[in-house]
Amino acid sequence: MNKPVTQLQNWFDSGEPWVWLNAAAVSLSLMMVFGLLSLIAYNGLGYFWPADLMEAELIDGEQRTIIIGEIRETETVLAQQIREAGIQLSTQEEWVRRILLKQGNRDVYGQDFRWVLEQNIVSKHYPGDLLAIERREWGKLYGRLVNIKNKGLLIKTEALYLEMQSRLTQTRQLYKEVNELLKQDIGLVNSRLEKLRLKEKRIQLGTNPLASSLLKIEEERQLLNQQFNQYQTEVQALYEKMSFDSILVQIASGQIIEVPMENIIQVIKPNSMSILEKLGYYFHRIGLFISEDPREANTEGGIFPAIFGTVLMVILMSIMVMPLGVITAVYLHEYAHQGVMVRIIRIAVNNLAGVPSIVYGVFGLGFFVYFIGGSIDDLFYPEVSPAPVFGTPGLLWASMTLALLTLPVVIVTTEEGLSRIPLSIREGSLALGATKIETLWHTVLPMVSPAMMTGLILAVARAAGEVAPLMLVGVVKLAPALALDGDYPFLHLDRKFMHLGFHIYDVGFQSPNVEAATPLVYATALLLVLVIIILNLTAIIIRNRMREKYKELESH
Amino acid sequence: MNFNKQEVAITIADLNLTYDGKMALQDISLQIPKNKVTAFIGPSGCGKSTLLRCLNRMNDLISYCKVQGEIIIDGQDIYNKSVNVADLRRKVGMVFQQPNPFPKSIYENVAYGLRLQGLKNRLFLDEVVEKSLRSAALWDEVKDRLHENALGLSGGQQQRLVIARAIAIEPEILLLDEPASALDPTSTLKIEELIYELKQSYTIIIVTHNMQQAGRVSDYTAFMHMGAMVEFSNTRTIFTNPCEKQTEDYITGRYG
Repeated sequence: MNKPVTQLQNWFDSGEPWVWLNAAAVSLSLMMVFGLLSLIAYNGLGYFWPADLMEAELIDGEQRTIIIGEIRETETVLAQQIREAGIQLSTQEEWVRRILLKQGNRDVYGQDFRWVLEQNIVSKHYPGDLLAIERREWGKLYGRLVNIKNKGLLIKTEALYLEMQSRLTQTRQLYKEVNELLKQDIGLVNSRLEKLRLKEKRIQLGTNPLASSLLKIEEERQLLNQQFNQYQTEVQALYEKMSFDSILVQIASGQIIEVPMENIIQVIKPNSMSILEKLGYYFHRIGLFISEDPREANTEGGIFPAIFGTVLMVILMSIMVMPLGVITAVYLHEYAHQGVMVRIIRIAVNNLAGVPSIVYGVFGLGFFVYFIGGSIDDLFYPEVSPAPVFGTPGLLWASMTLALLTLPVVIVTTEEGLSRIPLSIREGSLALGATKIETLWHTVLPMVSPAMMTGLILAVARAAGEVAPLMLVGVVKLAPALALDGDYPFLHLDRKFMHLGFHIYDVGFQSPNVEAATPLVYATALLLVLVIIILNLTAIIIRNRMREKYKELESH
Repeated sequence: MNFNKQEVAITIADLNLTYDGKMALQDISLQIPKNKVTAFIGPSGCGKSTLLRCLNRMNDLISYCKVQGEIIIDGQDIYNKSVNVADLRRKVGMVFQQPNPFPKSIYENVAYGLRLQGLKNRLFLDEVVEKSLRSAALWDEVKDRLHENALGLSGGQQQRLVIARAIAIEPEILLLDEPASALDPTSTLKIEELIYELKQSYTIIIVTHNMQQAGRVSDYTAFMHMGAMVEFSNTRTIFTNPCEKQTEDYITGRYG
C-alpha cells in the first residue's frame, strides 16, 4: 500500500524541524544570558546616577506636609490592598499609583524610604537649590543650605554654597590625613608592639629567659609607646581641627539640622546639574564604588576589599591547583599502569567534580583549618596561644579548599589534552634519543599547555563564583585589613578576607536597610560577573597565544 | 646472503616477536650491509614495519609486545639489558610514514636532538642545522624562514625536515618507514633522490609498499610474508630472477 506523501511529512524528512529546534534552543539560551546581564546592569548601574530631587506637597486628610526625595520606583496597586493596610482612600477607583520615595534623613525620619500615593500629591517641583548630602553616617540628607558655622559662630558670606564646598574640601583633606595616620603609621606601631609582645612571650616560654634580652625588649617597647603617643596627639589635633566646621540644613519638615563637616563626604545640587556634570558625577561614583571601603554595614561606600579578596583568592587558588592537577594528570595518563586501579581513580576524580561545594567547605574547615592549621599553631606559634593564627578560617585555607574543589576539572582537561597528542609526535621525539621524561618536558607538555589553560579557565570560572564553602573557611562580612599590605611578610595568608559573592549575600539578605541595599546587590553582582569575565578573558588570551605557538598537527 | 664482517651493519639472528601471544615475526635471520639501501617489501601485515621498529626498539612502547632472539649492532645485542635505549636510538635514527615535525620552528626541530644532548653553543647549532638541512635538500627552500613554525611547510618539505632532524644527530643507521607513502609524486621523487645521496654516509633501511620505489632506490631487497623472511637478495636478482615462487607472484602483481 502506498502511503500518501504529505507536505508535512516532506518537511519532517528534510530535517528542517531539527534545524529550527536547535536554532530556537540556541536563541533561548542567548536571550536568557543577555536578559540576565541586562537586568543586573540596568538595576545596578542606575544606582550611581544622581537622581533629581522632587519637592512635593502632600495632602493626607486635613494634614498638609512637604516632602523631599528622589523617586526610586512607581507602581500600580489595587486600591483594596491599600485600604486593607489601614490607609484612608478618597478615590473610588480600583487601582491607585504609588511612588517609592527615597527621603533620606534617616536620623530624623527613622527610615530612608517611604511610599507615597500619587493622588495625595498636590503639587511637585524640582527646585535647583536642593542639596543631596552624602554623609559618613546615617545615609543621605536632603534639604536646603541655611548657613555655615565655624567654632559655633555663623559665617557671613554671600556665596554660601561655594564657601561650604571649599571648607568641605579642606575638611576632607584633614580626614584623609587622619586616616593615613591611623591606618599606616599607628597601624605599623601597633603591629610592631604586637610582634614585640609575642617575642617577649617566646623568650619567657624558652628554657632560660635572658634578662638582658627582656630588658632590650622593654626599651624597644618604650620607644614604640612614645611614638604611639606622639601619633595619638597628632590625630587628636587633627580631629579637633576637623570638628570646627558644620553646616545648617533645613529639611523638608522645616526643621533645621546641624551636620558636622567631618561627617560629610560630598554635597551636590542634582537639580541644577547639567547632563555633562551628572555624567561626570556618575563615573566618579562608580570609581568610588570600585575603590573605596564599605560603610554603614556594607550598605554604603565601595566594595574594593571584596574585589581584592576575590581576585587574590582566585590567583592563589590557581597557583595551588595548577601544579597539583597537571602532575596528577601526567602521572595518571603517562606513567600509571592502565589497570583497574587507575580506572577507579579516574571515576573517583570525575565524581569529585560533582560533590556539592558546601561539602568541600566542611572538609576544609575540619581538615585544613582545625587539623592542619591547629597543628601549625601548636608547633610554630606557641606564644600566640590561645589565640589562633592559622587554626582559624583564613585566606590560605579558603584558597586550598577551592583548589581541592577545582582539582578534578584541571585533571580531566589535562588528561584529555594528553590523550589528544598524536603518538607520532612522541615517537618522533623518542626516535631522536629522547627519554620519556625529556619527551614529556620538551614536546608533549608544551603541546598540552592550551588544554591546561582550558582547565584553569574552567577552574577560575567555578572558583570565583563559589560562596558556600568560603563562608566556612575564611570569608567575612567585613575584613579589618587587606591580605596584602606593606607590613612584613606582605602577603598575610592567615587573614580573613571579603568576597564579592558573599558580599552579595550579606548585603542582600543580612542588611537592615533592604531598599537601600537592593541596587547595591545588583551592582555587586555586575561587578562579580565582570571580575570573572576579566579573569577568564586573561586566561583565554594566554591560551590562544599558546595554541598559536603549539599548534597541534591538524593536517592529519 | 652472506657478507664480509666489515660490510655488515646489523645482524639479526633468530628473531621472534609476539603481540599478546600472537606470532608477528618468525625466525628472522638477516644481515644488513653497511652504507647500502636495503628495502623491506611484502603485503600488508607481513611484519616489515614491525621488523624495522625492532631495530631501534620502538616496539618497547607497546607493553604486550615480546621479542626473542638477537639483533647485533656494532657487536652488541641491542636487546641486552645493559643497552641504553636512548643511546641506541641516537645511533639508529628513524623516519616515520606520516611527517611528524614538532610544533616548533624549523630550526628548533633540527636542533632538537642536539639540545637533548646538552649542546647549547649557538654557532655549533647553526652549523649543524645548516649542514643537516643541506643534506636533506631543504636548505634552499627554508633558509629565510628558519624560525617559522615547521607546521607551515608542505607535506614533502615536512618529511625532508624530519629526515634532516634525524641526520642532525649523525646516526649510523637510518630507518625509513614508508617515508613517501603520504606524499605526492614530486615530493616522492625528491625523497628518493635524497635517499640516493644519503647512502654514501648512512646505512639505510626502507620499508615500502611501492615496488617500483624499492626497485629504484635499494641495493638489496628482503621480501617478507606472514611474519617470515621469504627471500633476501640483490634488488636486481629479486626483481628479475627471484628464487621463490611466492616472491615472483608478489612482484609480478599476481598476489598481494
